[in-house]
Formats: sequence, C-alpha cells, structure tokens
Amino acid sequence: MDPNTAGWALVVALFLPLVGAGALAVMPSSMDRQIRRAAVAITGVAFALVVAITASFDFGRSGELQFTTDVPWITAINARFELGMDGISLPLFFLTYLLTFLCAVYTTKHLPEPGRPKAFLALMLMLQTGMAGTFVAFDLVLFFIFWELVLVPMFFMIGMWGGPRRDYASVKFFLYTLFGSIFMLVAFLAIYFAAGAETWSIQALSEMAPFGTATFQTWAFLGIFLGFAIKVPMWPFHTWLPDAHTEAPTVGSVLLAGVLLKMGTYGFVRIALPILPEGAVRFAPLIGVLAVIGIIYGSLCCLAQTDVKRLIAFSSVGHMGFVMLGVAAMNEAGIQAALFGNIAHGVITGMLFFLAGSLHERYHTREIAVIGGGMLKKIPRYGVLLTYVAVASLGLPGLAGFWGEFTAMWAAISPGLGIGDQYGGLYLGLVVFAAIGTVLTAGYFLWLLQRVNLGNPPERWASEPLDDVMRIEWVSWTPLLLLILALGIFPVLVFGVQDAAVANLMGYLGG
Amino acid sequence: MLIDWLAIAPEIALTVTALLVLFADLNLRGDAKQLVAPIAGLGTVVAIVFTAILWGDERATFGGMFVVNEYAVVFKLLFLGALLAILGISWRFFAEGRYYQGEYYFLLLTSFVGMIIMPSARDLLLLFVALETVSIPAFIMAGMRKRSLYSSEAALKFFLIGVLSVALMLFGISLVYGFTGTTDLAGIAAAIAAAGDVEPLLLAAVMLVVVGFGFKISAVPFHFWAPDTYAGSPLPVAAMLAVASKAAGFAGLLAIAFIAFEPLAEFWAPVLGVIAILTMTLGNLIALQQRDLIRLLAYSSVAQAGYMLIPFGLARPGATVVNDAAVQAVLFYLIAYAVMNIGAFGVAIAVHRRTGIRSLRDYAGLAQQSPLMAMGMTVFLLSLGGAPPTVGLWAKFAIVQAALTDVTMFAVVLMVFLVVNSVIAFFYYLKVVKTMWMDQAHEGMPALEPGFNLSLVVIVLMVGTVVLGVLPGLISDATSLTSLVAAG
Repeated sequence: MDPNTAGWALVVALFLPLVGAGALAVMPSSMDRQIRRAAVAITGVAFALVVAITASFDFGRSGELQFTTDVPWITAINARFELGMDGISLPLFFLTYLLTFLCAVYTTKHLPEPGRPKAFLALMLMLQTGMAGTFVAFDLVLFFIFWELVLVPMFFMIGMWGGPRRDYASVKFFLYTLFGSIFMLVAFLAIYFAAGAETWSIQALSEMAPFGTATFQTWAFLGIFLGFAIKVPMWPFHTWLPDAHTEAPTVGSVLLAGVLLKMGTYGFVRIALPILPEGAVRFAPLIGVLAVIGIIYGSLCCLAQTDVKRLIAFSSVGHMGFVMLGVAAMNEAGIQAALFGNIAHGVITGMLFFLAGSLHERYHTREIAVIGGGMLKKIPRYGVLLTYVAVASLGLPGLAGFWGEFTAMWAAISPGLGIGDQYGGLYLGLVVFAAIGTVLTAGYFLWLLQRVNLGNPPERWASEPLDDVMRIEWVSWTPLLLLILALGIFPVLVFGVQDAAVANLMGYLGG
Repeated sequence: MLIDWLAIAPEIALTVTALLVLFADLNLRGDAKQLVAPIAGLGTVVAIVFTAILWGDERATFGGMFVVNEYAVVFKLLFLGALLAILGISWRFFAEGRYYQGEYYFLLLTSFVGMIIMPSARDLLLLFVALETVSIPAFIMAGMRKRSLYSSEAALKFFLIGVLSVALMLFGISLVYGFTGTTDLAGIAAAIAAAGDVEPLLLAAVMLVVVGFGFKISAVPFHFWAPDTYAGSPLPVAAMLAVASKAAGFAGLLAIAFIAFEPLAEFWAPVLGVIAILTMTLGNLIALQQRDLIRLLAYSSVAQAGYMLIPFGLARPGATVVNDAAVQAVLFYLIAYAVMNIGAFGVAIAVHRRTGIRSLRDYAGLAQQSPLMAMGMTVFLLSLGGAPPTVGLWAKFAIVQAALTDVTMFAVVLMVFLVVNSVIAFFYYLKVVKTMWMDQAHEGMPALEPGFNLSLVVIVLMVGTVVLGVLPGLISDATSLTSLVAAG
C-alpha cells in the first residue's frame, strides 16, 4: 500500500466494523456461537488491515498526513469527509483495533448477564467505528460525529450488561459527556465563524491560528475544554468515571479505559492546542493545577476503595492527571509524554480491567476484604499477572507506565511557550506534588497486592475450586502483557513515531 | 384577474381529494368504506407531484397574495409528506375503530389544504383564512372519540383556546391594518419602515398577532391546551396536531415576523427569544415528571417548539444574513422534527392500539416483544434529543449555526439555555429508551400487530432519520437555497 494514495484502506478499516455490526444484526439470535466467531473474524480482519496500514506507514514522514481521503460531504456548511493519519493518530488507532479484537476474543467465552451476544457485539463494533474515527477525522464536524457516535453504544453496553447500579451509571455517563460535547460543538462553530475561512479542516485551521480576539480565544477554549476535560476526565469533572467503570461489563470497562478516555487527551493535543494556541497558553496553568489535584485526589480515593474495580477506576483519574500535566507543560517533551502516557495507560489499565473482570468471574465478588488474600497460592498464575500489571501501572522503570509519568514531570519543570517565565514556581510546585502522587500510587497498588495476593487464602475459598488463568484469557491477554514490556524497554516505539508529528504541532503553537 | 392555476394546483388537488373522500364515504357501505384511505393517499401523491413540478419556479397569483417559491415548495412538501405518514399511521386505527372514517379523512385533508396555503400566503387575511382552515377541522377531529370524556375535553379545550387566540390575532390584524392601510405583508413592512416613529399601539398589535400564533405552536405561556388535547384526542390526530399543525403555525409566524414586521425585529426578537427560553425550559422540566408516554411526547413537543423559537430571537431589522440563517434553521428543524416526531407517535399508536397501554412503565420490555418498534422509538427519541447519527443533531446544529453567524450576548445566552435543555431532555428520552430495552416485560402483554402501513411508515421514517443524520445535505441543500422574501 502506498501511504500517499491508499486512502481507501483507512476508510475500509474504519467502516468495516460498522458494516460488520449490520451483518451481525441480521444473523438469527439462535446462532450464538457463530455470532461470537463472526465478531472475532470481523475485528480480526479489521485489525489485520490496520497492521498492514501500520506496516506501510511512511515513518520517515510521520509528521505529515498519510492515507488521506478528502471529499465534499455537507456542502451547505462546507463540511468535508476528511480522513488521514499522522504519527499522533497511528498509535491510538492501532490500540483501538487491537483492544477491540482482544475484547471480541474474550467475549467468545465470557459474557455477563443477560447474554445476547448479538446485541452486545454489534454495539461493540459500532463503538469501534466511533472510537477509531475520532482519531483519524480531520474535519471538525466529522470529528464531532465520531465523538458523539461513541455515546449511544456505550450507554447500552453499561445499561444492559452492567452491574447492579447500571441504570444510574449509564444515564450519568451519557448526560455528563453530552453536556460537555454540546459546549464543544458551540465552540467549534465559533471557531468556524471566527476563522472566516469557510473550512472545518483541522489542518487548515491550525495553520491559520492564532485568529480572533483574546476574548474569543478564551471563551472558545473554555467550550472545548469542557468537552475534552469531561472525557479525559479531569478533576472535578471525573465523577461519572468511577460509576461508569465500575458498573460496565468487563469489555466495556476495557474499551472505556483503553480508548474512550484517550479521545479527550487526543482532542486537546489535536484540536484545542493548535487551533487556539493563545487560549491554551492562558489555560495551561489551570490545566496543570487540575491535573495535579486529580493525581493526588485519585490516589487518595484509591486508598479508600474496597472494590478492586472501583480502585482501578479511580487510578485512571490519577494516571490521566499525569497525562494532562504533560499537556499543561506545553512543550515538546510534555506533549510526547502525554501521548505516550495515553497509550501506556490504555494498555495497562485495559489489562487491569480484564483482570478485574476475571476476578469477579472467579470469586463473584470484587470486595478486597471478602477475597481476603492468598491468590498467589490459590491461583498463582493469575496472581503473578496481577502483580506484573499493577507494578507496571504504578510506574516501575522498565515497564510501560514509567515513561509517561517520568517524562511528564520532567517536562513540567520547564514549561514552554513562555509559561515558565510567569508560572515557573507554580509548575515546580506541581511537579513536587505529582512526585508525591507517584508515591501514593505505589502505595495503594502495593497495599492492594498485599491484601489480595499475599498470605493464605481464607477458609471460605480454600476448598473452593477456582480456575487459574484459562486458555482464552491467555490468548486475549498475551499481546497486552508483551506490549507492556515492549513499551517499557523500547519507549521509542511510540516516541519515535510521534516525534515528527509533535514537532509539527509545536510549530503551530509557535514554540 | 388572471389566476395562475398551476401555482395553486396542489391546493386544488387536495381539495378535490377531500370532496371525493366525502362523496365516496356517502356512497360506500360497510367494509367498502375503507376505500377512502387509499383515495386520500392517492390524492396526496398527486398533490406532491404538482408541488414537485413547481420546484425552482417563482410564481405569484391573486394579486401577489399567493406566492410560490422554493421556500413555499419546501414547506408544502414537508406538509404533504407528513400527511402521507399520518395517513399511514391512521389507517388501522380508524379502520378497526369503525368510527367516522370518511369524516376523519375529509377533515384531515381539509386541514392540510389550509396548511399548504400557509407558506404561500403573503397577506394577513389569507394567512388568517389558512390558519382557520387548519384549525376548525382539527377542533372536530380532536373530539372524534365521542364517547370518551377525555376526547370531548380535548376538543373543548382546544376549541375555546383556539377561538380566543384567533380573536386576539384578528384584533391585532385590524389594528395593524389601521396603522398601515394594507394587509399585504410586504406593504406593511414598507409602511412601517416609512413611518419612522414606532407607535406603542402598533407594537401592541404586533404582539397580539404573535400571541395568536403562540397558541398555535404551543409556546409557553400559551401551551396549556396542548398536553390535554394531545392526550385526549385520537392518537393520529395528536400526531397531526403536534407536528403538522405546529409546523403550520411556524410557517405563518415566519411570514409575519420576517416579512411584515421585519422592521420591528428589535422589539419582537427579544420577546420571542425569552419565550423560547421559557418554552424549552418549562416544557423539558414538566416532561421530566410525566409517566404517560403521550403526555411526555406532548411536553417534549412544547420544548421542541422552544428550540425552534430560538432563531426568532436572533432576528434583527435589516440584517439579511442573520435573518436568512434564522429562517433556514427553523425550516430545517421543522423538517427534522416532522420526521422524528411522527415516527415517535407512530410507535406509540402501534403499542396503544393493541394493548391500550400508554403509561411509561408499561413500555418495559418492548424490545423483546417488538424489536422493530423499540428500535424505531429509540432512533426517534435519540433524534429528538439530538444524538448522532440522526437528523436531530443537525437540526440543533442549524440553530447553533444561525446563532453564531453574528454573535451577540443574547445569542450566547440562548445557546447556553439550548445546551442545558438538551441535556435535560436527554434525561427523559433515555428513560423511555431504558425502559424499553433494559426493564423486564410484564406478563401477558398481548403481541403487537402494527400492520403493514404503520410498520412501513415507521421503517421509512427511521431510515430517513438515520440517512439524513449521515447526509444532512439532502435537506440543507434545499433549505439553504430557499429565501423567504425572494419574489414578492
């Protein structure tokens, strides 16, 4: 495939899951097993295509858009169907297809009540198109459509296959996200009119920036900020996340943590920063402060959790705080750190949610006190995996979690774009608190391991036959486990791809 | 005076159909009476063909009172499309109810004759006649379930409030005529602009006319009749009132506001803007409390009218760009609204007719009983809320776009209310969706038998909602061409 002309490949990869969802919908519900296999086949083919796209991606020019498609779409408002991918999109796009494929594999054996794989998998495939589209859409209107497309399938996934408080969690998730995204839409329209160029193209608008008055930049950034900050989620807009994550079925949590949250940071980096650089510089200290509050608050909440899954959910708040700290640094290293942290968090936390799901399948509870320890003795392989991923998540050097957090703090010491002159002291303080946050993170993860892994299994479980890691779990987890190690040892796998694209971005920001 | 017969061909076709229906009903006996429905449908198709022929033409007849341009044609196609859909969802309802089929179709067609005159009318008197032609058959239709007290209440309330509003409007019209010496809309605008000073009494007259239309579109605080009337009327009539009759009110209000009273926009725009805020906020807040699906849809359609009033709040005298954008936004929203709201009523009819159910709780488990109807309702409700990929998103988009064409503080306030209200509205739309898909069905619910026509209408509207959600250009290319004022 020639990355300059093969725009079709991206279009096919993007809409294959949606077509697949339609195909699943017409299969009779009684063909339970065939439906699950068909979903694996669809996501597998899509993933293979994305691997092929990645293989033929021209890494030498990763700063430029490749695999582009650009055709008129809604002429009345000058919206175009503009797709493409550069070094920033590629890792996230790849991750989306990998995780969905693994989720489909996982679903061949595990599906929570009330079953109905047809509806579940069709929704998952719809979700996949929405998520993937967000990362390759280069037209603001198109971006918004994909962004919103994610809501409905996720709402149903949580609402129909979720835990006991699923009604509350699904509606909260939907309304919260919707609230932010409508403000975002208003801001997009304001950008369109302020630029006066009759274009929604993210590239074209970035090149034109900065435009509009200072007031416009501030208000437009505020609108976009609300949309993205809720999705990330940043403190204090995070309250939907613990509920949604805890109640969602395993696959839903994996995709929510693995991909959906990334849409928020991606939006900041791709849209908010380059198109509204002045607003971004004005908001950067605020973003930094909220990010660090998120780190500290998230880890303190984790210390107080009694439910494993809810603990992992709150840990996301902290980790995304590091990512946003990188964004707030407004320099090349910071953006790199944010994007790397994005990928690392997607892989690690996605994996943690898989583990939490399997934990519930075995113990039928996620309460730490009820599990009561001894997993290393009772189900040793599972215990080892949990240790490995938890340690990766707390940022042990050599595993994926380290680079994002370390680089983000390093970058925030000397923020770019002249922010350092004015707020140097503030940022230094932020880094200190973030460092305290890493200690707390290590604290709650190690404490978790101590409570569930070590010691002897309590009597209640001692005689219970619990399965250790099953074959299907090995199949769906191994790629993630390897990725955690690979990204830790060769962070250049992601840093290198993003390098030119991030440099481009800093060019728009004037740094 | 020469009459341009082609210009009024759709109206003539519909009138002839209405008379044919009445005649057929007189002469047919027993089950043969059911033939009136296909006759009505055929006549509507003929009217649609005549309307489509007029696309791209600029015609005026009756001394400029009656104008056909792209704006009018888009509106007429909207009404006639809605008529076809309503005929589809009415058929079984009335055929099985065995009451007044002939009369119903005759009244329905007559009412629609008034509607398709509305967007062409360029004279206060013709507007008034059109509005009465829409309303009077509707009064009777609302009371068609004669033995039901609710239906009688619905008709009586509707009638009394309708007459009151018409009286106010007529009084306003007479005052306007007194000030300007003409009933021609463009002439009124010219006279007001020439007069320079604005008399307070003239403003009062303008407000009276606006209030008259306010009742028709059920804007707060003139909305009290709507929920009771929708809930009491036969359901197809409620669908017609909630969609077509409301759209007719908007067609009239657009003509009055943006042609006749355009020079006074600085006075009425803030008033209508505030009414928009009240309408959407109150409509949504009350809808949150509803347990009866029809009443929920009724209050939701009150709120929807609020969204459609927002562009009126943006109008400014002489600001052609903003005003055009506002008119186009309203037109786009009305088309989208017709598609999704008729669909929602269609599903409600399918459920209600078989089971007598209308309480929200009884929709539990509809997804297992009739996946098609549940899917349809889901799409329509999400669209009413404005989620992608449905046409409802673009309807809201059009309004925001109009508001940001030239930003004012008031426009920003309106946008904030639009955003907050969209979120509130989703709360009760999602509640219905959740009930249908996630709650357990009751024991012993009879199977739904929506029938071919109704299923077809629901499927077509559902596909339309999604297709227009992906390619809104199919509408917006047409609406952006239309200019209200072009061709006098």
